[in-house]
Amino acid sequence: MIYLDNAATSWPKPSVVLDAVMHAMRDVGANPGRAGHRLANESGRIVYRAREAVAELFGAPDPLRVVFGANVTWALNLALRGLLRPGDHVITSSIEHNSVMRPLRALEREGVALTVVPCAPTGALDPQQVADALRRETTLIALNHASNVVGTVLPVAEMGAIARRHGALLLVDAAQTAGAWPIDFVADGIDLLAFTGHKSLYGPMGTGGLLLGERVDPARVAPLARGGTGSRSELEEQPDFCPDKYEAGTPNVPGLAGLEAGVRWVREQGVAALRRQEAALTQRLIDGLRAIPGVTLYGTGDAARQTATVSFNLAGVPPSEAGLRLDEEFAIMCRIGLHCSPACHRTLGTFPEGTVRFGLGAFTTSNEVDAALDAVRQLERNA
Amino acid sequence: MSPVYYVILVPSTSYAVRGEHVLNQKGIASKLIPVPRSLSSDCGVCIRVAADDLPAARQALDAAKVPYDSVHEF
Repeated sequence: MIYLDNAATSWPKPSVVLDAVMHAMRDVGANPGRAGHRLANESGRIVYRAREAVAELFGAPDPLRVVFGANVTWALNLALRGLLRPGDHVITSSIEHNSVMRPLRALEREGVALTVVPCAPTGALDPQQVADALRRETTLIALNHASNVVGTVLPVAEMGAIARRHGALLLVDAAQTAGAWPIDFVADGIDLLAFTGHKSLYGPMGTGGLLLGERVDPARVAPLARGGTGSRSELEEQPDFCPDKYEAGTPNVPGLAGLEAGVRWVREQGVAALRRQEAALTQRLIDGLRAIPGVTLYGTGDAARQTATVSFNLAGVPPSEAGLRLDEEFAIMCRIGLHCSPACHRTLGTFPEGTVRFGLGAFTTSNEVDAALDAVRQLERNA
Repeated sequence: MSPVYYVILVPSTSYAVRGEHVLNQKGIASKLIPVPRSLSSDCGVCIRVAADDLPAARQALDAAKVPYDSVHEF
């Protein structure tokens, strides 16, 4: 069995992650921040340690500005819906996932002006086009750090500089990069960083969150949900401070325990070392695919400019058939189709059929890459 | 009689745990306890420190920019 669907969620997880989840459920269990007894306090410590681990990984100065939620989609909705008001102008790219595009299209109907800056067919974004799209009322630039379809990495630090010069905020969707690509929250000029816990941070599904930078005033960001926080219980209004303002209801403590363990594991390996390992395998995959007649490869073709996610098509074999045969005949798991990103596939010229996507991860081996290439060769021969 | 303990009231449990972590790093013993009813109707926790440690605790929390609402004899 070869798992090449890490861009959807990483698997397997490091055993320390499983242990941490079990510890939280078996030995701690209590609701954090509600009661004040020893188990409740220990539960609160688990959540806090997860905040600290995430803040340290990204170089963010304040762990209490790490807000946890169900996933990166939740975090992106919080940032977009919380910040943008009718009359605001927001800039995004043409390779965004629907987790950015759908909230933006809904806000557009409510009076937010939206510019979608076109990317090259490789997914590459020209910073000058973003600068040219700025308007007086531009309050936000919202971009994914890397495409979930072809892995192309966008120039985040340049976007941060452009946003700062203009007095706008920069929201980065790091779903595909958090843990897999170096991110410096401060040096890159990121104001809002949305991350998922279950991909390259190797935590469980159901974890993710939003980092708020110093330029973001929580008074300007409305919460998505309101409710119990264990704080200011005498008030019938939501607390106005981070993270409580955005974290109504009991948090996913077992998930966050696993997330902390995952982040710790990533830091022990080193993001740069994981990147080198994945880049080498990605280039091996790209070069192997290029050598197969009938393969059309998308993206930059350069592992130094993309994450470990590779998209391609095979002449005469629709993606749906390729995905089924890879699973049934070769026990290779990948993801085919549109990958929740019709905008990106339009940019690549692969809409509406989509592509076959191989997503490598920290546990992918070169033998597995070679076996996947062999499988594609056999599909091509029998096309 | 001088007090044995002080309690430091913080905005929420997240701050209490962060405060505890900061104090721990400075070698200052602390305990998270439910906020005494007489001080607040809040259902959260606060940080209890020995009276002798209060000045050092305040200094450590200030240096780490952990906000707290008030300090009370306990």
